[in-house]
Amino acid sequence: MSPRPPVLEWRDARIRFGGAPVLDGLNLSVAAGRSLVIIGGSGQGKSVTLKLALGLMRPDSGQVLFEGAPLPGLMQRGQNRLYAASGVLFQGAALFDSLTVWENVAFRLLNADGVARKPARAAALDALAQVKLEPSAADLYPSELSGGMQKRVGLARAIVARPRVLFFDEPTTGLDPSTAATINALIVDQVKRLGCTAVSITHDLISARTIADEIAMLEGGKIVWRGPTAEFDQTDNPSVRQFRRGAAGLPDA
Amino acid sequence: MDALARPARFNPVAAVGALTLGVLRTVGAVSLFAGRGLGAALSGPWFLGQLGRQLMAIGFMSLPVVGLTAVFTGAALALNIYTGGGRFNAEQIVPQIVALGITRELAPVLAALMLAGRVSATIAAEIGAMRATEQIDAMRTLSTDPFRYLVAPRLLAGILTLPLLTAVADAIGIGGGWLVSTLSLDFSPAVYARATVDFVESWDVVSGLIKAAVFGFIVTLMGCYHGYTAVGGARGVGQAATRAMVWAGVLIFASDYLMTSLFTER
Repeated sequence: MSPRPPVLEWRDARIRFGGAPVLDGLNLSVAAGRSLVIIGGSGQGKSVTLKLALGLMRPDSGQVLFEGAPLPGLMQRGQNRLYAASGVLFQGAALFDSLTVWENVAFRLLNADGVARKPARAAALDALAQVKLEPSAADLYPSELSGGMQKRVGLARAIVARPRVLFFDEPTTGLDPSTAATINALIVDQVKRLGCTAVSITHDLISARTIADEIAMLEGGKIVWRGPTAEFDQTDNPSVRQFRRGAAGLPDA
Repeated sequence: MDALARPARFNPVAAVGALTLGVLRTVGAVSLFAGRGLGAALSGPWFLGQLGRQLMAIGFMSLPVVGLTAVFTGAALALNIYTGGGRFNAEQIVPQIVALGITRELAPVLAALMLAGRVSATIAAEIGAMRATEQIDAMRTLSTDPFRYLVAPRLLAGILTLPLLTAVADAIGIGGGWLVSTLSLDFSPAVYARATVDFVESWDVVSGLIKAAVFGFIVTLMGCYHGYTAVGGARGVGQAATRAMVWAGVLIFASDYLMTSLFTER
């Protein structure tokens, strides 16, 4: 019996912006049920890595595979296998301004899955409860919510269709430490509850240590270290040590 | 070293080449965008709630501004034709020329220009802001094609509502001419109305409505294209809104000339 392919795999992915390499032969994979956090400094290619995985960008060369199938082949129609199986929490939550909270959460159900408004609202309220938001928030508009509440609504939207893969783009950026801790705890809860695979990018080490089974460090468009979260604080890898100390660019002590 | 320090010499052939390639690239990108948008608009599935919202925003909400523009244009046109006609004793042609000018040219063009100002920029800003805040990316990951959800309803609303607005502008514009002619130019109300009805042919109205449908497509296409391709945050959104309005205006005049020459009996 052949081993199951990874849920997601970047295979020698390369991409350049204006001649400068952003990803320079990225090789990375995520096994089913694991939570991988990709860390790295600004401009190291974290966002591009995530966008490639979501099919929002295409590599100049190399491949991104979802459950063993290359992404362009899966993107033939609007509704495709990857999107049907995944949920995404965007950095700024990316809620639709013109829709209420529950319409945002139920967007996929209403517009892609053809669910009627009443059951879609019930599912949205259930998802909001999962992220500890009161039903009274359901009829508010995103502009009436705090940043932390918007992130929770974004998380509710990501989990409402019970995805097999969850993507988190800088989930705690711009939040105060207490709200960030709440979001991290909610992410851990939901990934565990759904039993899904998770891929996150962040530069927040507290967040990475909380939500990751494995951490991969991206530098110069390549993975320079990868290992279990428990080993992250023990490794002697100079890039990781530098990143841990928050002293990128300074010589190692 | 000396050669390195020397500034690059201006090469006019290279500049013309780069400009030509840039224009061709933009024309190609807009054409592909238009084709994809029209494909989504015509093939379905349709987001009827979105279409209804756009019909209201683009069509119904533009009625006051289009109506006001039409009434004053009809009135001013009547005065000008009266002055011009008076130079060769032909003041009586006012009803006919007002009707012809309004239905074939002024109602569709002015309604479209009003829409370009009111709607193109709004669409570009709205979609551009969605692009800047990753809402369009989010929509794709929610298994919803932004072309079907955002672009198609706006294109359809533009194509459907501008002819209706133009029909209203036809009536109001001719009414403006009638009003000023009967109140201050001593025309008999009944004679003016009879002269208009007898003179106007159905093709005069229909050709204006066809133009309006094309203008409606242009106005909404420019808004959607410039919004969808906006880059650079708030500044980029502002630039997209301006570009949408300006290019909608330019393309309205260019396509108006082409369609007028096509429709003109020789």
